Amino acid sequence: MTTAARGTAGTGRRTGGGPGGAVSRAQQRARVPADAALILIGACFVLPLLWLVLASLDASAGHEARLPGEVSLTNFAAIMTPGLLFQPLWNSMVLSAGTAAVNLAAAVLAAYPLSRYQSRFNRPFMYTILFGTCLPITAIMVPVYGLFVQLDLLDSMPATIFFMATTTLPMAIWMTKNFMDAVPVSLEEAAWVDGASGLMALRTIVLPLMRQGLGVVFIFVFIQAWGNFFVPFVLLLSEARQPAAVSIFSFFGQHGAVAYGQLAAFSILYSVPVLALYVFVARGAGSSFALSGAVKG
Amino acid sequence: MATTTSRRRPTVSRPLLRRRARLLPVLPAVLLLLVFLAGPVLWAFHASFTNAALTGRNARSPGWVGLENYQRLFTDPVLPLSLALTVVFVAGSAIVGQNLLGLAIAILMRRARRPVAAVVGTAVVAAWVLPEIVAAFAAYAYFSRDGTLNQVLGSVGLGQPDWLYSFPMVAIMLANIWRGTAFSMLVYRAAIDDVPGEVTEAALMDGASGWQRLAYVTLPMIRGSIATNLMLITLQTLAVFTLIWVMTAGGPANASTTLPVLAYQEAFKFGDIGYGTAVASVLILIGLVFGAAYVRLLREPKQ
Repeated sequence: MTTAARGTAGTGRRTGGGPGGAVSRAQQRARVPADAALILIGACFVLPLLWLVLASLDASAGHEARLPGEVSLTNFAAIMTPGLLFQPLWNSMVLSAGTAAVNLAAAVLAAYPLSRYQSRFNRPFMYTILFGTCLPITAIMVPVYGLFVQLDLLDSMPATIFFMATTTLPMAIWMTKNFMDAVPVSLEEAAWVDGASGLMALRTIVLPLMRQGLGVVFIFVFIQAWGNFFVPFVLLLSEARQPAAVSIFSFFGQHGAVAYGQLAAFSILYSVPVLALYVFVARGAGSSFALSGAVKG
Repeated sequence: MATTTSRRRPTVSRPLLRRRARLLPVLPAVLLLLVFLAGPVLWAFHASFTNAALTGRNARSPGWVGLENYQRLFTDPVLPLSLALTVVFVAGSAIVGQNLLGLAIAILMRRARRPVAAVVGTAVVAAWVLPEIVAAFAAYAYFSRDGTLNQVLGSVGLGQPDWLYSFPMVAIMLANIWRGTAFSMLVYRAAIDDVPGEVTEAALMDGASGWQRLAYVTLPMIRGSIATNLMLITLQTLAVFTLIWVMTAGGPANASTTLPVLAYQEAFKFGDIGYGTAVASVLILIGLVFGAAYVRLLREPKQ
């Protein structure tokens, strides 16, 4: 995600490093152990994922990672039904997009005054937020269930969305404020002088400049919501509303012993949207990061 | 990330009302937090003194039972075990595992060739971006008796234990390191990139070795990020449920029952919301203690 920024920072360092050849050759030599160590670490991280890919293409898959005797898409074909795949994925989409939107809107609004205006209220608020960040969400799921029963909110999509947005809100506010602090205030002051209001400056100057930061917060929230299993597992009861995370778990519970290949295929299809989103935002992020670097320099 | 106080607009004296009005945008966030976060926490402490149940008469109108749940909790032999397992899990997989591995990868990435760093970064991030239930299934398959890990161990002639049964804690800790290290890596990469080049260069001119630059320049300068990172990964790891639930379900015989798993089991498997909430309250308290500790940690360097 920061390749572009790393690039600029790196070249800056290297050109500043003095007269050329000897230094860069020494650097090249220093790279070999680092490369080797990284490749080893990377291999350890890839290994557990190998099974997912191999098993999804293997009609008779088990636990072990092995090359399928015959590559087939029967697993994918078997799960491509509206009830099994599309409805849960749509539910996941509604849940995650709603959560991320509610979250980001609240976080940006809250972060702006905290970042730009001095107030006695700021520090206590930020520390309370920080404190809120420390709440283990799984710990409050039992009480939340109890509360939702009392308020008759169980199995409600909007209530679940607002709850999920709130669970990531402290962290989102904290992150958004940090990103906003990194946007130089000088540009905004010019806008203020020209008579722009605070919120207008936020929209036209600050937000575009912290696009990468907002992207990070948005993916962070969206991915968390998309992948969240426990919250919908507890709060959404009817099958028609359950997101993919929950339906895949019930599927595994019912057919797991026989259908490892289908489980892997479902897992892959369910994971693709977040992987794609991550790549998309990570690619787009480089340019605005470089821009803010340019303003700084 | 660390410089939270440096850039602020100097306060101009304005009418008090206008200054108050500038805080209005904070309101939606405050409301959400009060209703959905503070509410359940307060309700938890209340409900832990009742006999609220999952189903039946006590589900709708729970009765007050005083300290009964807590009396039961502190004589329950599973609680000290569960507490110890939670501490081991958090310390081993987050504070040591994810944190140090993430820092190491971030540092190595600056030295390694760019394509290598990019590919390995992708591999590390992939485990983190995957939905937790998918990661849990993958980890389950990986550590199972005839899974990939044992295939690798077997191919180099080592023993092939049944990880999930014989060493459940080792398995879930390794799985959590695999799953969560990307976060620390991203935080540290961003933080190290923010260290001004001139500072490292100056240290280089003064003849500081790589390790010295790390210990005396880079690490002190990213101190804020380190504290933030520790806080976030501790919280995340304290709350890990799905990974453990899918891999071992807390077993065998409670050998991997961390507090979230225990609270869930009591509330939803045995239907005792009141008692489950008491367990959850303990976990919430631990989270609050961590919160207080980290808030102090973050405040200190700023004086």
